[in-house]
Amino acid sequence: MNKTITLCLMDPPYESANTTTALRIVDAAIRQHVNVNVFAYEGAVALTVKDQAPHANPVHGTSVEEEKHPTTKDFVASLARLADAMNVNFDWVNCGLCVDERGTGNVIESARRGGPPDFLEMVSTSDASLVVPTRRD
Amino acid sequence: MNRILSIVTTAYRATQEEQDDAVLWVNRALVNGGAQIDFLLQGSAVNYAVARQDPAGLVIGSVAIERPAVPPADLLAAQDSGMQVFVDRDDVEALGIEPGSLERQFELIPKTSATALFEHYDQVWLW
Repeated sequence: MNKTITLCLMDPPYESANTTTALRIVDAAIRQHVNVNVFAYEGAVALTVKDQAPHANPVHGTSVEEEKHPTTKDFVASLARLADAMNVNFDWVNCGLCVDERGTGNVIESARRGGPPDFLEMVSTSDASLVVPTRRD
Repeated sequence: MNRILSIVTTAYRATQEEQDDAVLWVNRALVNGGAQIDFLLQGSAVNYAVARQDPAGLVIGSVAIERPAVPPADLLAAQDSGMQVFVDRDDVEALGIEPGSLERQFELIPKTSATALFEHYDQVWLW
């Protein structure tokens, strides 16, 4: 039986190395046949916004095509596809109240709306949980 | 035209996702628009002066980061556009970074001389 982990993320996209690190952990877990739950809280609900778009980089002098700027929604969608391919569960839940106050409700299909009770259920049924809070030194 | 000193104090803040350091980027964009700005690296940002860095190769799912930020290269490009780059020597030593590993084009200064450096600028921005 596969093990299950839960992560709680708080940082918004493009603001912190925490997000990259967390997504790398998710990637590694899925590749080791571990089910993954993610509860996106506060700014992290913007990680899955469908309207994200790559951009050119005038400082680098690169076009949109050359810059190949990644989007966090594509990371999450890709992790969902990887989970399908590895036959493990991947459940990404955005805190609904956090979504409403930010107007970030237009999200990719890999994410669903939920709330703190979902997080409690996730951690109650997981082998390990990791909270990745927003911190400012 | 005001002369501005931008003090960068935080390193690798979402540089993989963003494919840039947002603070270096916006200052370079302002210089490209005509501003006169120099950098002082302090705190963890002194690591941006380390010459040999390789951030390439990260893939999440099937999405590769193909143009990752390379801060020393960005700072050298900033120098080419006329910006000076100062590095806090005390912070380099505090982090155990070997001074010989730094880009030689950047100027190491002791923390005690930072206030004297400020005298050369109309504004000092702390990032």
